[in-house]
Amino acid sequence: MNKIKLIILREYLTRVKKKSFIVMTILGPILFAAMMVVPAWLASMEDTDVKNIAVIDSSGVFLNKIPDTDYIKFEYLQNTSVKKVKKNFADSDYYAVLQILPSITYEPTAVHLYSDKQPSFEVKSHIARAMENELKNQKLKANGINEDILESIKSDVKVRTIQWTKDGEEKESFTEVNMILGYASGFLIYFFIFLFGAQVMRGVIEEKTNRIVEIIISSAKPFQLMMGKIVGIAMVGLTQFLLWVVLTTGIVAGMKTAFFPELGTKNAQEVVVEDLFEQQNLTQINQIQPEEMDKFSKVLNAVKSIDFGLMLSAFIFFFLGGYLLYGSLFAAIGAAVDNETDTQQFMLPITIPLILGIFVMMNAIQTPDSPVAFWFSIIPFTSPIVMMVRLSFGVPGWQVTLSMGLLVLTFLGSVWLAGKIYRTGILMYGKKVNYKELWKWIRYKS
Amino acid sequence: MELLRAQNIEKKFANHLALDNVNVNIPENSIYGLLGPNGAGKTTLIRIINRITAPDKGEILLKGRPLQPSDVNLIGYLPEERGLYKKMKVGEQALYLAQLKGLSKRDALKKLKYWFEKFEIQPWWDKKVEELSKGMAQKVQFITTILHEPELLIFDEPFSGFDPINANMLKEEILELKKKGSTIIFSTHNMGSVEELCDHITLINKSKNILEGQIDDIRKKYKSNIYEISFNGDIDKLERSLNEHYELIDKTKVNGNKAVRVKLLHQTNENELLSLIIPVIEVLSFNEIIPNMNDIFIKVVNEHKN
Repeated sequence: MNKIKLIILREYLTRVKKKSFIVMTILGPILFAAMMVVPAWLASMEDTDVKNIAVIDSSGVFLNKIPDTDYIKFEYLQNTSVKKVKKNFADSDYYAVLQILPSITYEPTAVHLYSDKQPSFEVKSHIARAMENELKNQKLKANGINEDILESIKSDVKVRTIQWTKDGEEKESFTEVNMILGYASGFLIYFFIFLFGAQVMRGVIEEKTNRIVEIIISSAKPFQLMMGKIVGIAMVGLTQFLLWVVLTTGIVAGMKTAFFPELGTKNAQEVVVEDLFEQQNLTQINQIQPEEMDKFSKVLNAVKSIDFGLMLSAFIFFFLGGYLLYGSLFAAIGAAVDNETDTQQFMLPITIPLILGIFVMMNAIQTPDSPVAFWFSIIPFTSPIVMMVRLSFGVPGWQVTLSMGLLVLTFLGSVWLAGKIYRTGILMYGKKVNYKELWKWIRYKS
Repeated sequence: MELLRAQNIEKKFANHLALDNVNVNIPENSIYGLLGPNGAGKTTLIRIINRITAPDKGEILLKGRPLQPSDVNLIGYLPEERGLYKKMKVGEQALYLAQLKGLSKRDALKKLKYWFEKFEIQPWWDKKVEELSKGMAQKVQFITTILHEPELLIFDEPFSGFDPINANMLKEEILELKKKGSTIIFSTHNMGSVEELCDHITLINKSKNILEGQIDDIRKKYKSNIYEISFNGDIDKLERSLNEHYELIDKTKVNGNKAVRVKLLHQTNENELLSLIIPVIEVLSFNEIIPNMNDIFIKVVNEHKN
């Protein structure tokens, strides 16, 4: 027992002390955080130059009808022509000249935007939208529909989903949040199994080619060495995961206050809104005007409705279960070959179920209770990935228990099987191994 | 007193018998040579003693009782194919291997300090193994093998990769270990070092041990009654003086003098030979040719081919 502890410790410490681990641990969260924050930040960076646009409206329908924005101002010129403006364009402070021809009412292409540079997309789409709107309104009016009717037919449908829990309570849910969470955790499990499973395999090959394996197994049992390596690397994976969670949260929070300082003050208001919301009886949800809560606090509420304790412990369970299942198979492959290039023929049967799991996961995000999603979340080779997605939507307890039980049984089996292959394989050199040979190794008695 | 006894060991691999009813008795506090051609089964036997693999039949007894899993801590093993973790620091690695053999961290550190000083390699402590030369890594590996002061040491080709100075140093260390009470199994193809170091040997050929015993007894057993005589005088006269009990097998030179090799056939002895030749030539030296281990090795292995 003491020896396996020593082996675990070595596997863990040598990996955690590696530069690549430290770099990955720091870069990972920065990358994650950047993925979340940077697009939002970029979107918030508007062009703050005021653009004056001269409008020469020969049709006369658009006078003062195109609304100004904070940075785009329209100036309606009378009694002039494009040619005249063009002559003095360089000296004027116009950004562009918009020419609207009289035929605009029946010919939508009768509008031109002149400039000495390429006008920005923002300007172009603002003008197009405003003109489309104005033309539509005018045409409706021409057909006898007034503005009051126009206003009253506008409707914005938003479906709010409310989940009944076992205790008869009602919880507002936010499907998108579940989807993102399920997708992220399923994908992370897939990624970790591959990343750390491959590390197990490489570690075994390294020991074999280094020839140190013979020294180690003259001190400890092969099974101890194999399990020590698998467990040590699992701990590396968990360490990395936890550090990522902590660092990502920290960085996102830090970036938020750095880039969106106004969000901080807003949050305080939201907390008040939420408190108010919570004090209401949840069955009266309909009475609350959706506008009263802004979207952010709704998401926040949905996030709050997710049982993070359950998700985190399920993640750790399914990560460990899936990793032990595949990690032991990776160890067996590493023991069976002499170098990494020979691993391919054995990698295929491991890769296929994992990739299948990812495909079913995508499907399960849309329909978490479909028969395909159900079966793949029960079958141990794909259940770690698929079950995580289903869990974020809520799964009956017996299914989770069945899935977990089968996973445990299967990984025990695969560890036992891998141990047999490993024991023989690590001392076998220069032999091209095929499946028939592996089967023989499994049947050797110890 | 025997330290280790291997009884009727048989080990079968997929398509060949690696060890066939092998018996080895290793006396306590001896250096025991394990000889044999490549692929004879030496490494398999060593692995069985180390409990790396298990025999199909037979039993290993240590001090008269069956070998137990915990006994691996009493054995130090230096395999022929050596290796260390390349990316690990020398000191860390030596400490790890020592702890795997059951030493406490404190004891291991103390002993490592002693040996690193003795071998004058303290500056390597924080170096990575990949920065060491092959010979340097071998030294580190030798230290990790003997550090826990095991009762039984197994060296598989320990001198390969060492320069003559370091090989000599190693040889002295091995003799020193014996003096301190260790029993040493020594597997090699280098017959010169066998004669120098070993007390006992066993010769394994094609999965069977075909020769076992004290090295002096074996060499005596294989002496072939050949004498080398260097002399002054006429070689024809010498040849004519020999009767049907003798056979002149070789004419050579020893230290610039003429010499012959004569085989005593039967019903005679060295005194009679001398009495025959002294009258005709002047004898400068007279030696019995005792076969070296190399000759015995080749002879025995070839005999078993037929």
